[in-house]
Amino acid sequence: MRVTKSIALASAGLLLATSLAFAQSTEIRVGAPLEPPALDPTAGAAEAIDVVVYQNVFEGLTRIDQDGAVQPGLASEWTISDDGLTYRFTLHNGVTFHDGTSFDAEDVKFTFDRILADDSVNAQKALYEAISAITVIDPLTIEFKLSRPDGLFLFNIGRGDAVIVATESAANNGTDPIGTGPFAFVQWDRGSRVILEQYGPYWGEKPALTKATYVFIGDTTTMTNALLAGDIDGTYNFAAEALPIFQSNPQFKVVVGTTEGETILSTNNARPPFDKLAVRQAMAHAIDRQEIIDGATYGYGVPIGSHFAPHNPYYIDLTNTYPHDIEKAKALLAEAGYPDGFSATLKLPPVNYARASGQIIASEFAKVGIKLELINMEWAQWLEDVFANKDFDLTIISHVEPFDIGIYANPDYYFGYNNPEFQALNETLNATTDEAKRKELAQEMQTIIAKDAVNGYLFELAQTGVWNAKLEGMWQNAPVEGVVLRDIHWVE
Amino acid sequence: MNAQLFRAHPGLAIGLALTVIFALLALLSVVWTPFPIAEISVARRFATPGPDHWLGTDQLGRDMLSLIMFGTRTSFTVGAIAVLIGAGVGVPLGLAAAIYGGQVEWLVLRFSDLAFAFPAVVIAILIAALMGPGAGNAIIAIGIFNIPVFAQVARGGAIALSTLDFIAAARLAGLSKPGIAMRHLLPNITSLIIVQGTIQLSLGILAEAGLSYIGLGTQPPETSLGLMLRDAQSLFLIHPWLSVAPGLAIVLIVIALNIAGDGLRDALDPRLRRPGLANVAG
Repeated sequence: MRVTKSIALASAGLLLATSLAFAQSTEIRVGAPLEPPALDPTAGAAEAIDVVVYQNVFEGLTRIDQDGAVQPGLASEWTISDDGLTYRFTLHNGVTFHDGTSFDAEDVKFTFDRILADDSVNAQKALYEAISAITVIDPLTIEFKLSRPDGLFLFNIGRGDAVIVATESAANNGTDPIGTGPFAFVQWDRGSRVILEQYGPYWGEKPALTKATYVFIGDTTTMTNALLAGDIDGTYNFAAEALPIFQSNPQFKVVVGTTEGETILSTNNARPPFDKLAVRQAMAHAIDRQEIIDGATYGYGVPIGSHFAPHNPYYIDLTNTYPHDIEKAKALLAEAGYPDGFSATLKLPPVNYARASGQIIASEFAKVGIKLELINMEWAQWLEDVFANKDFDLTIISHVEPFDIGIYANPDYYFGYNNPEFQALNETLNATTDEAKRKELAQEMQTIIAKDAVNGYLFELAQTGVWNAKLEGMWQNAPVEGVVLRDIHWVE
Repeated sequence: MNAQLFRAHPGLAIGLALTVIFALLALLSVVWTPFPIAEISVARRFATPGPDHWLGTDQLGRDMLSLIMFGTRTSFTVGAIAVLIGAGVGVPLGLAAAIYGGQVEWLVLRFSDLAFAFPAVVIAILIAALMGPGAGNAIIAIGIFNIPVFAQVARGGAIALSTLDFIAAARLAGLSKPGIAMRHLLPNITSLIIVQGTIQLSLGILAEAGLSYIGLGTQPPETSLGLMLRDAQSLFLIHPWLSVAPGLAIVLIVIALNIAGDGLRDALDPRLRRPGLANVAG
């Protein structure tokens, strides 16, 4: 018994040693805090889906690079008509899906027809509704006609929501994703991990990695231990409070970058007393942004004064629209008819930044007389109560979509902001392709919602990755959701 | 209880003293804590223990001593109410089983068997998951688990007593069954129930800490010792004190209650009394 045990131990040690040596060359294990509900990025809103498959398993006509710029993807080149309404794409030749079937213009048409179908379950269908006709010219040429100019069209077709799927396999992509990307899906051990392997016949430049395993670890402490023990090689966004453990450790590097996550105190503008501008202004004055950033993100968040990412070229700094001023807040509350303040509920989804910010905001609001009752919710309940049924006073959430100021033009959106002037501006912006004019419009829109104090604007989430010091090529910023493996490689 | 009793049972004295200290701290937090626990000041976070903050401050700049006082109160409140629920329902059930026998007894016993078949914390998680997290549901969850424990203790004690002469005398005097249970059985099993109560109190405090730790118990801005542990765990490698302080408090409270419970049993349980008095329990 003892003998067999020691043999087993020795061989286990040997296996471990060989697998470690192997991992140094071409394999990676990435820790991810959330397991995706399914693996089809065109049929779900969860960021966790894109983290695994975007640009790894699936590709779009264009692709977004780590600076947020549009690069050619499955389309090698394109021409745009002068009126901005016709896009003609030339597709790469010799592209195959992972099941061996070939890729051509019919697959592109099928993909977009599927997104735009009445029974589509695409999370961002609205982004593609300007498409009025799709014509297959020949197997490697396809033409899109738009009903109105769309300055973000090339960006939008590069997102995870518009990756190209095959007619033959699209229905099963949720459990057995088949795309054209450099990595093919191998297996999904539910509750534990997803394994991808390099796809041999990939049409483009081959990535350095041959195998990637996404390991799902929800708990920060477990993730910390997995990193320290070498069970995973890195994670793309790690809890800020525990970063000091890795900052001083030469075996790791901490990669701090930007995301598209505007974290806001979402306010139900349709419900009293939040329908009063003075009340919202009072709340804006009551917020001490720096304290929230220090307390909830350990200083990694970037303050925002409107719903716009600070690293975007259209950004203007509006953080001083309503500076932290308790007396001013009290005066505004009195003006609005609430000299003694009021009580409200703050519903918090199960993410650290929301739970921590919630407690800090409750403490800050208490100083001006607004008493907040904190209600902690699970995701499903939050999505149903707050997002779908709009049954809330206040909530804290990060809007991670890139360039999503357009949500303020939708009066049916969950925070219930209805401003015809803003809606008209948004229409103009969508139809404008001139850069200077777009910038001007976007800045005007940022200013309007900042002045209207639609929501409490808190901070832009940072992306704080922790990786093995010998890994290179990870995206520092997250202009779109995803952990793109193509450039990641080991160095000695 | 007198000085002689404490001399005979030093464990009881130590346990009770510690329990009383924590209970007083908890009581004090109702009217006063050094700092309000909802008062957040990020500027002063992670302070080490010092004259301003005797136990330092946590990741949001809240005073640790205040948090521990409040957390102790949550723990005691949840544990105590759960014991009251358990004893309030369980003792009558146990007494009914003992005096009526037959189908009543069968039902009570099968109910306790069923409840015992599931580990207590699993039941608590189930209830908290079904009804949503919160201190109230934690109390109910732990209280329900306490019911069969008290039912069995009460039944066992009552059966041991019911063969004794004074019970027979009461029956002959025409006292009804519920009357006998109330006037003769209950007073004589009180000590058993008190001993069981202290044990269940410490188990309840542990269960509450466990539920809060996994996020199903007390919710912020309220706090409990388990919740403090949960908040501090990802910081353990950087600021270990934030986990050690509430952890130590839980350990001390539970040890104190267990020592006190053991001591009380030694002092009160008739079966363990000195030979001269042992005949009460037959």
